[in-house]
Amino acid sequence: MPPTAPLKSVPLREEQIILFRIGEQLFALSSSSVQEVRSADSLSGGATEIDAPGVDKVRQFVRRGNNTLFLVSAATHFGISAPEGILAFVLRNTRTALLVDSIEKMTAMTCLQALPLSFCHEERQWYRGLTALDQTVVPVVRPEGFLSNEDLMMLDAALPPPELFAGETEAEPDADTDLGTELN
Amino acid sequence: MNVSSELELKSFVLLRLGERRFAVAAAGTAELVAPSRVFRFPHKTAKIEGVILRRGRIVPVCDVAEKLVGSRLTTRRFYLIALRRYGQRTEWVAIPVTGECELISAELNAASPSDEPHVAGWLSHGGDVIEVLNLDALTPGPHNLLPNPAPSQLPAKNSRQNKAEARP
Repeated sequence: MPPTAPLKSVPLREEQIILFRIGEQLFALSSSSVQEVRSADSLSGGATEIDAPGVDKVRQFVRRGNNTLFLVSAATHFGISAPEGILAFVLRNTRTALLVDSIEKMTAMTCLQALPLSFCHEERQWYRGLTALDQTVVPVVRPEGFLSNEDLMMLDAALPPPELFAGETEAEPDADTDLGTELN
Repeated sequence: MNVSSELELKSFVLLRLGERRFAVAAAGTAELVAPSRVFRFPHKTAKIEGVILRRGRIVPVCDVAEKLVGSRLTTRRFYLIALRRYGQRTEWVAIPVTGECELISAELNAASPSDEPHVAGWLSHGGDVIEVLNLDALTPGPHNLLPNPAPSQLPAKNSRQNKAEARP
């Protein structure tokens, strides 16, 4: 039997990642895409409820200066039965604060394999690909995959007028925060 | 396809799913491996169970038994690692099977228009008429790629290799 083998994983320069859990499920996220890690309580303390039709994974938002951050339940997003996350990853260059259960560890990946084409539904937006760490396969999430443009349109449409929560804005964090260094 | 090529014997792998046997073109298969840990993660593609790690590659596991014999496999003895084409790209897919596989040579009888898309043809072996599977039609994949040739026509002769295909 002859095989014309498909490509193996794409070698990467080492990339720092955060391994985190939602319920029992392990995921990876590039540490460079995480601007802040907060306790969900500290973030949701200044949050306002929101009810956007069709976007059940978002129940709260936070104003930060001119930006609006949406608190996204990762469990709801992935369809995992798990309690609401207790940590929030504020994802850089997005409007997502991702609620997760726990951080497993910081580590590095050296290979990222594209999601096999057999996976042909929403997961193609969810993941950058898969990586193998210690003989375990871990999906590497795409930071911008948690809220689609359609989701954001629905959420923006559901926001109350700015004057109603003008006093509840959070200060913008230092944009140059290097989370990888901080967590290490 | 002319008459002489129709009569040509080709190699097939016979596989067993429950009580039934099926065949796939040997040219589109790589190896038969013992079941290993299936890594599962959230996704929305119903036919895919998860992935296995094989020789440094991450290979999706696709149980085709439900489609072919009406129920998912409750026992599996091996994974048949087969080549799945997506337009010009190829990837491995692991097909759970219930028994050992057999390599045979047989004459392929072309599928008729009334056959289902996953039927690439038919062959006779040991007194049985056996369905030859077109895994490209049987396993999930993006819908916006060009249709693929049936396994009986694989591998493509002299075609320029796509960059997605690694050299041995």
